[in-house]
Amino acid sequence: MILTGHRGPIDGNLRAIAMFLGMFLALAAVGLMQSWSLALAILNLCLISAVMSLGVNIQWGYAGLFNVGIMGFAALGGVTGVLISAAPVTAAWQAGGSGIVIALAISLVVILGAVLVSKRMAAGLRRKLVLSLIIVPGYFLARHYFDPAIEAIEAVEPAKTGYLGGLGLPILFSWIAGGLLAAAVAWVIGKIALGLRSDYLAIATLGISEIIIAILKNEDWLTRGVKNVSGLPRPVPYEVDLQQALWFQDWAARMGASPVEFSSIFVKLNYAGLFATVLLVLLWLSQRALNSPWGRMMRAIRDNELAASAMGKNVTGRHLQVFVLGSAVVGIAGAMLTTLDGQFTPASYQPLRFTFVIWVMVIVGGSGNNWGAVLGGFVIWFFWIEAEPIGLWLMDLFTAGLAEDSGLRRHLLNSAAHMRLMTMGLILLLVLRFSPRGLIPEK
Amino acid sequence: MNGAEDYLIGEHLTGGYGGANILHDCNIGVGRGEIAVIVGPNGAGKSTAMKAVFGMLNLREGSVRLDGKDITGLTPQARVAKGMSFVPQNHNVFTSMSVEENLEMGAFIRRDDFTDTLGQVFDLFPILKEKRRQAAGELSGGQRQQVAVGRALMTKPKVLMLDEPTAGVSPIVMNELFDRIIEVAKSGIAILMVEQNARQALRIADKGYVLVQGRNRYTDTGAALMANPEVRKAFLGG
Amino acid sequence: MDGILNALILLSNFVIVPGIAYGSQLAIGALGVTLVYGILRFSNFAHGDTMAFGTMATVLLTWALQSWGVSISPFPTALLALPFGIICTILVCLAADRWVYRFYRREKAAPVVFLIASIGVMFVLNGLVRFIIGPDDQRFADGERFIMKAREFKRLTHFNEGITIKTSQGLTVVTAAIVVIALFWFLKRSRAGKSMRAFSDNEDLALLSGINPERVVMITWIIAAALATIAGVLYGLDKSFKPFTYFQLLLPIFASAIVGGLGNPLGAIAGGFMIAFSEVTVTYAYKKFLAYALPGDWAPQGLVQLLSTDYKFAVSFVILVLVLLLRPTGIFGGKAV
Repeated sequence: MILTGHRGPIDGNLRAIAMFLGMFLALAAVGLMQSWSLALAILNLCLISAVMSLGVNIQWGYAGLFNVGIMGFAALGGVTGVLISAAPVTAAWQAGGSGIVIALAISLVVILGAVLVSKRMAAGLRRKLVLSLIIVPGYFLARHYFDPAIEAIEAVEPAKTGYLGGLGLPILFSWIAGGLLAAAVAWVIGKIALGLRSDYLAIATLGISEIIIAILKNEDWLTRGVKNVSGLPRPVPYEVDLQQALWFQDWAARMGASPVEFSSIFVKLNYAGLFATVLLVLLWLSQRALNSPWGRMMRAIRDNELAASAMGKNVTGRHLQVFVLGSAVVGIAGAMLTTLDGQFTPASYQPLRFTFVIWVMVIVGGSGNNWGAVLGGFVIWFFWIEAEPIGLWLMDLFTAGLAEDSGLRRHLLNSAAHMRLMTMGLILLLVLRFSPRGLIPEK
Repeated sequence: MNGAEDYLIGEHLTGGYGGANILHDCNIGVGRGEIAVIVGPNGAGKSTAMKAVFGMLNLREGSVRLDGKDITGLTPQARVAKGMSFVPQNHNVFTSMSVEENLEMGAFIRRDDFTDTLGQVFDLFPILKEKRRQAAGELSGGQRQQVAVGRALMTKPKVLMLDEPTAGVSPIVMNELFDRIIEVAKSGIAILMVEQNARQALRIADKGYVLVQGRNRYTDTGAALMANPEVRKAFLGG
Repeated sequence: MDGILNALILLSNFVIVPGIAYGSQLAIGALGVTLVYGILRFSNFAHGDTMAFGTMATVLLTWALQSWGVSISPFPTALLALPFGIICTILVCLAADRWVYRFYRREKAAPVVFLIASIGVMFVLNGLVRFIIGPDDQRFADGERFIMKAREFKRLTHFNEGITIKTSQGLTVVTAAIVVIALFWFLKRSRAGKSMRAFSDNEDLALLSGINPERVVMITWIIAAALATIAGVLYGLDKSFKPFTYFQLLLPIFASAIVGGLGNPLGAIAGGFMIAFSEVTVTYAYKKFLAYALPGDWAPQGLVQLLSTDYKFAVSFVILVLVLLLRPTGIFGGKAV
């Protein structure tokens, strides 16, 4: 694919610029027709989606790795927001902190021991025996410390805390930590699942993401589970503070807007600035990587794995690198999302929204092209949000002939929200069929 | 070699898989009840010529005629229906299916009762009758080839095409297989085959085609080629 | 002695009976996945939503039948509606093949392209189901609820513990047995079934034998659609129908198919039971069982639950990973494409 002739680069670039312009015009239209606050809210999620889609593009577009566990990595990034920025709960640490630490230490020793044994001992019945002698008692020993500690922690003011809390650091740190945590988990998964066929990697990642969500939902001592953690500190000012500040009131007056409305826009603009910075930095790094010898080698491997491994390239090793990098980017995006929401709600992580829609973004944008992935993130998120009002409007149009109290009409109007799933599917299928290289094709 | 036109003819065959041509103006033909053998060094385009005749190659020039009718545009499947049968070199049996099921699959396009043909194949290859319930994947190399040829005969073809039927089998099995092929030819079927074992194959051939770099180098009867000192020296090891 | 027997009855009630029922449901689901894989050579991510669609069609007719007062009590009305659901699902699958997959087949596209296309189909079906019936839990089981109640069992046998067998569980096992026998008869004996096996075994040779690939593909979708609907309806009768749960079933179903060896029908059945029993045994709390089985004062304090039920996905996943690492083509040997 490297050598396929490209249409004049100027031509292609113009097209891409035109499409980005069109995207911003669409956002502006929402600003004018609905509200600027909504337009900015969409923009912020567009930016986060673009980062996720960039991460997936690194895996799929550069290396052809089919990861269906995006949701899991995003959630790992998301939970880091809590672990970094939430205030530590001292009472909980006193109640069960030591038990947790001991249990984790035991688990670590058991895992290390098991790894060591399986590496050092020859395969056979004896190794199996020794392994089970390490793992089975180890598991129960760890549970022996773990279970009472959890119970104690979760009993500490369950309505308000009931978990260990975080480190109480500024939430921006979680963007880095989230990337690192996602990368670490990706490394473990990659070690196991890379080198398997593409279908198997897909199913393995699908499974691991479900497990990650299950852990985040159920390990209340760590994440508060479905009780959610809200009110995380913000990296940007609060609307209430702004509304009371004199300089801000003046500014709002000069802009001819009410302080309340203007503060909401101002805060969103701040977020947009932060997210855009991250996106641009990551995009710049991704472009550098893609055009470096490393990127060329990755694409060579993707296009002909057999030839590349015959040439002595360590295909699985390279795949692991790319898998870890891409997952880290998704993790960063997950942390950004928690930052924007100011809360972490494990139950909101749905595979359709967090895995498959991201895939639609990458495919629609143009797999293998970073700008394409970013544009895909924007366009698809925009449709994901706007499909509902559009669908509602269409339904209203279609059912206009029906009586106001007709059951069918009411059902159709109520169900319009589900139109977006169908729309996503149709967009994916149509692009895959008629424009498989996406909006901005790979050069 | 002249007189009545051959039953199956490939004329001026030119083409290849991708950009470059592998075959250049290649001519091949075989009559009813005849055995025609294509021999030549590695990479001479022997198998490619077979595939060209069977419609598994995009021809840039040339045509294929069966019984005087042009079949150049037909798909391999359509050629099967017209009475051609092909035994590929590799993967030529359904390994997970029993010998009998393999033969049944050979007769898939037939809607009539094919027990007769099944009996004929079992007569030709008695070992297959013995192993009819066994999975084809469990058989020895020679037995597998018999299944492969048997499967191809189940359609009652008028032309049987074999791509290196004796690849990887012992000399005894090879001779045995050649005997069977002669028997098949005697029943009036035209046989076109590609062979690595040029010497043995030409011995049973009515016609021989020596291909070099996708072109006809020598074309004659099998016996004449065997007697040709140049052919002996260059292709039959003296 | 009574202790041990009570322990065994307890285990039958909470592990074996539900395990067999769930295993049968997974097995039928996995058969569909494995057949599609064997013939079309891709992992069909839309299978879970195909199950949901078939179940939805069945549920809608069941409600209609119920409102018309049609009943086949003690059997659930859904059985009567099942053929209708199957036909609807077959039409949807054939439409998806006609409009989506056939194009890529002609292009000879890579398996991963089919997989992505199946994600598109998944979205559309998912949206369709939610659009028509909504995302919520739906109950549609009627008729007699139990074949045997724990109370009756206790009355009959005078044990402390009882065994409950739900109608849906009995129905699941019987249906699964019939479906599996019919399917294997079809694959082993019928001309169409044999051509499917031949196609799955060696596509090129099947073409050379004059087997029409489009016909094989069509039959495959018909069978896969029927299997998906049956699995979905049985699962729905046993538990309840919720579109999202069906999407989540994808993981244990894939795990079953892979553990048994993708493309191998026998493996899919074995895999289904293996996954189901692992899930149930690992998430069962053994406290009461041990209290019966062990001498008096040995009884444990905790629940003795190896893994909370919330982590049942982890079980299928761990088994899946172990099998992939130790025996990548599955226990019964599938295809390694």
